[in-house]
Amino acid sequence: MNPVKIIKNGIIDENPTFVQVIGMCPTLAVTSSAINGVGMGLSTTAVLICSNFVISLIRKIIPDSVRIPCYIVVIASFVTIVQMVLKGFVPALDAALGVYIPLIVVNCLILARAEAYAGKNGPVASLFDGIGMGLGFTLALTVLGAVREFLGNGSLFGITILPEMCKTLLMILPPGAFITLAFLMVLVNLVRNRK
Amino acid sequence: MDLFVTLMAAIFVNNFIFSKFLGICPFLGVSKKVETAAGMGVAVIFVIALASAATWLVYNFVLVPLNLSYLYNIAFILIIASLVQFVEMFIKKSSPSLYQALGVYLPLITTNCAVLGVTVTNMESNYGFIKSLVNGVGAAVGFALAIILFAGVRERLEKCPIPKPFQGFPITLITAGLMSIAFLGFSGML
Repeated sequence: MNPVKIIKNGIIDENPTFVQVIGMCPTLAVTSSAINGVGMGLSTTAVLICSNFVISLIRKIIPDSVRIPCYIVVIASFVTIVQMVLKGFVPALDAALGVYIPLIVVNCLILARAEAYAGKNGPVASLFDGIGMGLGFTLALTVLGAVREFLGNGSLFGITILPEMCKTLLMILPPGAFITLAFLMVLVNLVRNRK
Repeated sequence: MDLFVTLMAAIFVNNFIFSKFLGICPFLGVSKKVETAAGMGVAVIFVIALASAATWLVYNFVLVPLNLSYLYNIAFILIIASLVQFVEMFIKKSSPSLYQALGVYLPLITTNCAVLGVTVTNMESNYGFIKSLVNGVGAAVGFALAIILFAGVRERLEKCPIPKPFQGFPITLITAGLMSIAFLGFSGML
């Protein structure tokens, strides 16, 4: 087990958004600004690290036939904790992310890692897998959020850069999410094909 | 009238796919053929209608009286998971042909965020029982409409020459983006 390799695998080789294309709902929904992308990414990362670790610890106790409901209960518990922490300490972010915080439960990324990795590997390796996948997800959401915020609102992390007339409102509306992600994927494909 | 506005808003203006981004995974995964898309749409309508009713009852008659409303997330996902299991068993017994047609998609509905999304939205907006049901069915019909229309476009897309880096997900997402622009037009309707 090599922690650096596991983390790099999550961020680059098997990036959840650009390579595996999972967890699309929050990716598209909350990335109207870079800061929302970071917030959503880190919340998901927190849940993913905890759930991967716990599921890996209890993987030998859970009967195979009921493992999915068990995983979901573990994940839902951690999502509830994260939701309470956000409500208590960063209410502005909680309000911005709204319904998508409780919906981390059904983010297919988390269940997919539980099923594909944490259910088969030791707790420490699963912990690092959670960190890698979580950071890969956060990175993708931040880039997507930054591009959309820059084009749509003329700012980056809330700091205005472009003048008023250069804003393209469409980019922060729902269609902008689909189109920006499509072009980022094209870019990733071009870079991969060149290698 | 109020219910009609809720229904229309849920189907068109707040379309689950194109404006709220809920249920994107099945939307991208099961939209290659119109028939399977329609099967998925029907299954989702069925499950969301049941889930809206069940979660409303459990939330208002179990969680709130016991002061456990902060556990709603865990409770809802368990209700949905067991409901999907139950629906699967019921359809298997009562109509094997429908079960064959829906097959793989039924268990996948548990992790369709549209279902949990509707129930959480209903709870957060304090909708009554009937309004929750109408909102749920409306959202599900909107989902079915979006996935069937999209499958129609995708069937045509299969035959088009597409530049290599755009093949697969990118062109699918661009198509979805264009349809989303079309659905933006509904926002002035109500």
